[in-house]
Amino acid sequence: MTTEAGSEKAEEVKEKAEESAAQTDQSEKATEETQEVTKAESEVNEKEKEKEKEGKEGKGISRYLPTWLKKQKSQSQTSPTKEAPPAEEPDSKVTQEEEAPAPEVNGHAEEVEEKEEVKSEQVREKEESHSNASADTEPVKEEKVEESAEKSPEETKETTEGEGAEEEKKGQQPEGEAEGGEGGEGQTSIFQSPLRLVRKSKMKLVVCHVTLLDGTDFTCEVEKRAKGQYLFFKMCEHLNLLEKDYFGLTYIDTHEQKCWLDPTKEIKRQIRSNNWQFSFNVKFYPPDPSLLTEDITRYLLCLQLREDVASGRLPCSFVTHALLGSYTLQAEFGDYEPDQPRPLDNIGQLTFAPNQNKEMEEKILELHKSHRGMTPAQADAQFLENAKKLSMYGVDLHHAKDSEGVDIMLGVCANGLLVYKDRLRINRFAWPKILKISYKRNNFYIKIRPGETEQFESTVGFKLQNHRSAKRLWKVCVENHSFFRLNAPEPPNKARFLTLGSKFRYSGRTQAQTRLASSLIDRPAPKFERTSSKRISRSLDGAPMISITEAENGREPHLELHSDSKVKEVDVSPGDAEATSLQSPGPSEADLSQDHDKTQDEVLKHQANISQLKRSFMEAPPPSPPQPNQWEKRLTSSPATTIRIQQQQVVSVPETEAAAADNTVSDTKEPAKTTEVEIEETVVVQEVSRAAKPGLVTVTPIPPAEPTTEQETSKQEVKAEEKVVTVGKEEPKKQESVSSESESEEEAEYHPNVSVSISHTQIPEEKEEEEEQEDDKRGEQEVSAPDALSLPAEVSKPEEEANRVEEDAGAEKKTDAEEKEDERETEESTDDPMITPDEAPNGLTLPEEGETGMSAPAEEEEEPKVNGEASLVEVEQRPQVICCSEPPVVKTEMVTISDTFAAQKTEIATKEVPIVHTETKTITYEAAQLDGNDGEPGVLMTAQTITSESLCTTTTTHITKTLKGGLSETRIEKRIVITGDCDIDHDQALAQAIKEAKEQHPDMSVTRVVVHKETELAEEED
Amino acid sequence: MAGLMAGFGHYTHAVVRGIPASLAKEALRSSQAEVDLAQALREHEAYVEVLRTRLGLEVVELPADESLPDCVFVEDAAVVCGDTALITRPGAESRRRETEAMKDALKDLNLNIVEMTDENATLDGGDVLFTGREFFVGLSKRTNQRGAEILADAFKDYAVSTVPVMEGLHLKSFCSMGGPGLIIIGSSEPAQKALKIMQQMSDHRYDKLTVADDLAANCVYMNLPNKGHVLLHCTADQFPESVKVFEKLKDHMLIPVSNTEKVKVDGALTCCSVLINKKANL
Repeated sequence: MTTEAGSEKAEEVKEKAEESAAQTDQSEKATEETQEVTKAESEVNEKEKEKEKEGKEGKGISRYLPTWLKKQKSQSQTSPTKEAPPAEEPDSKVTQEEEAPAPEVNGHAEEVEEKEEVKSEQVREKEESHSNASADTEPVKEEKVEESAEKSPEETKETTEGEGAEEEKKGQQPEGEAEGGEGGEGQTSIFQSPLRLVRKSKMKLVVCHVTLLDGTDFTCEVEKRAKGQYLFFKMCEHLNLLEKDYFGLTYIDTHEQKCWLDPTKEIKRQIRSNNWQFSFNVKFYPPDPSLLTEDITRYLLCLQLREDVASGRLPCSFVTHALLGSYTLQAEFGDYEPDQPRPLDNIGQLTFAPNQNKEMEEKILELHKSHRGMTPAQADAQFLENAKKLSMYGVDLHHAKDSEGVDIMLGVCANGLLVYKDRLRINRFAWPKILKISYKRNNFYIKIRPGETEQFESTVGFKLQNHRSAKRLWKVCVENHSFFRLNAPEPPNKARFLTLGSKFRYSGRTQAQTRLASSLIDRPAPKFERTSSKRISRSLDGAPMISITEAENGREPHLELHSDSKVKEVDVSPGDAEATSLQSPGPSEADLSQDHDKTQDEVLKHQANISQLKRSFMEAPPPSPPQPNQWEKRLTSSPATTIRIQQQQVVSVPETEAAAADNTVSDTKEPAKTTEVEIEETVVVQEVSRAAKPGLVTVTPIPPAEPTTEQETSKQEVKAEEKVVTVGKEEPKKQESVSSESESEEEAEYHPNVSVSISHTQIPEEKEEEEEQEDDKRGEQEVSAPDALSLPAEVSKPEEEANRVEEDAGAEKKTDAEEKEDERETEESTDDPMITPDEAPNGLTLPEEGETGMSAPAEEEEEPKVNGEASLVEVEQRPQVICCSEPPVVKTEMVTISDTFAAQKTEIATKEVPIVHTETKTITYEAAQLDGNDGEPGVLMTAQTITSESLCTTTTTHITKTLKGGLSETRIEKRIVITGDCDIDHDQALAQAIKEAKEQHPDMSVTRVVVHKETELAEEED
Repeated sequence: MAGLMAGFGHYTHAVVRGIPASLAKEALRSSQAEVDLAQALREHEAYVEVLRTRLGLEVVELPADESLPDCVFVEDAAVVCGDTALITRPGAESRRRETEAMKDALKDLNLNIVEMTDENATLDGGDVLFTGREFFVGLSKRTNQRGAEILADAFKDYAVSTVPVMEGLHLKSFCSMGGPGLIIIGSSEPAQKALKIMQQMSDHRYDKLTVADDLAANCVYMNLPNKGHVLLHCTADQFPESVKVFEKLKDHMLIPVSNTEKVKVDGALTCCSVLINKKANL
């Protein structure tokens, strides 16, 4: 797993780079912002150079930083060219990233090659980490260069090819991948029908194999970077399916688990092992299939249910098996004909039940006789009427354990969450009863609305096999709740971009929406061919058999949508609407606007347009919040680095001002005397772990922070603190503002009933961290509280040694993690260590923590529950906000490098915490709740996101006022998160941020700068 | 067409059993009451007569067995749903052999017989409430989890939820079905709690009919051709307050059935028959 993941990541990175390049050319979105950034970066680079010099002179750490940077880049982006030390070629770097010159862009190296390379890199890195000497860095660079050279030819190729695929690429934009991508992507994809895209694109095409519900295989080519929805829409087009929202594509992940392909993400990032094999399946089982509009939809649902029944997934009694089987026979073969070769001859080859026997087959035939005269559609309807009553209809089961370790099953369905022990239902939580759904590591929690007589909400926890299971369950819950309970998908939460943890939300249409949409479907019932699962294919309807292609090509008229209906549809699903409008710059758009008044005849005239519409209807990406996706993508898979700059100002400053001030990343308000600027760079070290091979540890240094810091230091007082990245996160928690960043979140929450509003809430940030980090965080939180009140007194203790220690620890951990990965069971052990630290009051000392983490794992395994609870508690405390705590990741290793270089001035604390990527993520999907208002220390003043082609920058300003002994302190904390697929010049960004902050609030001082750099591993993406 | 879960309350057959003389002295009971055997016999005869004559069911009457003092309470020996009959393993050791005759009788009715052979499993039919859409199984002194699991396995089409029975002998000691989607429930606290649990556990909505007396909540509901909703319930002599409630059921054919003696050995109305719908069988 690990190895593959690493390779994938590498690929992704390359792709991103390519994309960015392509985009740049288009420069549609390429905005001034980007340019500004570039400038800033260049400046920063210069500064960095200076800093580096200083650093070398002053402290070894400074040297280290550049290395770190390099490493990170190499890992994250896998592009050798970029790896050049910033000091040397700051400008060029920027240009590459921003403009993405073709040659520089990474090509798609053969995966194998990439893997190998990655491995080698990892090894090198590992070596480095141990040595930590600057000397080591150089060799690495060289190697990287070599790699780049190797790749370059291919890269160029791709670049050239890339233009065609622009559209898709747009959607998939670089960093934003997830979020940014969504908005853009959805639209972009809509522009043209998938087919067109394919034609146009010169991009590499990949052959996808999709197993259809009738057992046949559908093969199609998609662009390598296509998103899930592209393939899905293509499938629906192939099937001539309009009511498609009940369906989805699945793939088998590396853990042999069936996963839903996320339509908003690139396919390649989700699948593993380059296995482009999918299945078309029912994702949401309509509680009342009779409400479906089209027979073809019911037919497909029948196919799914036949399979469910035959496989035993949908248990039913003998009689029911027979009854359902008889309807299947009727639908597939028509009336029972005693004279004809009886279907009985075939019946033995058809599978109706897991334990099918002669008796059952005879019963089926007997019942079949009674269905005489029933049309296939009627037989399907009868089949569904009976199947829907089965108690396990539409219930998605997940293995779990209850709080006492008893094996249970959790079933997610349209009505809520069911708890089974063996075959008995022992509890049930209807959606309206559930206030929050969350997971942390391998724990899954639901918060229950208090009953009539109860005063307090209760939380029920379950233990899943591993964090992946927990996340999968969480996602299924979020999706099912959204689909069945909401009128519309949860609107994009602006606040979310600040949050760590998964921003995953259901992005498709809800049942209400799809019902409305399908009620507007106005086409003659499409003819479709019934294919009994294996061999018999003949049209039972009596209608001429029409191959799907025929239907599409020759029967465009069928697809007509009334103009009105179209319009309505648009309204229903914003995504579609957008798509349509965007899509048809030409006639179709006009049609839409005019359609309201048109008669059908008129409509007919516009068949061409209609067909386009149809396509758009089919293709229309589900409305999805653009930003969240971006973030998610970025966090999840994108190597992109995120820079957060937090300013904490402790002074009395009018909030309004502060709010106003924060519009851009660059804007920093420092009305208060004390301003803490935290720039957090979290580097998520790629964990490339092979199951077989014990640990390859990749360490990514984060250089950028230092230079900036120094500058600041000279002018202002800066404390350099070496802390684990976690620290940065912790602080936010204090404030109770949580922002979750990476996909790697181990925890996620989802508040089913409430819509999430960020505005009132502060967003605590929790980043993915290893368990150790969590511990650290907590410790820091404790510490941080005092800090907030007074000037930051945090001392930077970490030195190179500390770093080394941590790295080592990280490496070891990795190893552990890898092992764990190999064995899920093992994972738990890994997690445990992390947990332990949390429990421990102080996690401040990094080295210790690292050690603890390493040594403790086994012991702690036993106490996972405790940890989970603890985390849970935390979450609950801040109901209002989305809390994502990213505690320890099992698979991830944390490498923390802290430089004390800045220490010179002592006042600037630089926390560099490379964060290891964890498999476990905590995702919180919370709706804002009233309780959130209780005395939160701070107010979230502004949250802004600026998205350029390659970078997404989000600035959040948080103002905290504190009254201490008659003194009021205002603390402004600014958090800047930059997400990009391409390299980000962190130094520049940091410098720029600090500079602006100073300019804006001359009377305030920057007390703290924390840089977190996060690079995500591809593996974790879901 | 007999679809899945169609025709709740449709019955064609009833299995009953005679009262052995040993019932008066040896039948299990939670109170110390003296049973008037003659009165019990009279009441039981009237009960069977209602099923046979008034309601037109085909009644299979098994002979009493003196060695099985509780054998009249046939409900505990089998759970029949559709064409499947689960032969139980009664929680009381002394009642285990009651199932033998029941099994034979049900076999003769061409039902699919499922036997509960697991020695760790116990289940009394009195703990099984079938609502037409799902099962609730009371976990009581007589019924355990394993028994419920086996029941769930026997009736795979239906959800089977467990309900703890805190007081009373069986789940149906304080509740029963009064119609499709209508649960008759006693007013005691344990009864109301159990109802809450059932409502929470169910995907379906149930109306409730609360009666003053828990024992009065045990009724026999049927939906018979030409008769519609039929409800056998306690008499006004026994539970006047509760009967007032039943009388509000305007759509039901109400048939008061006297049960003053068997109740002393924890026997309620449902206990004395196993109802079967042969026509529904496919």
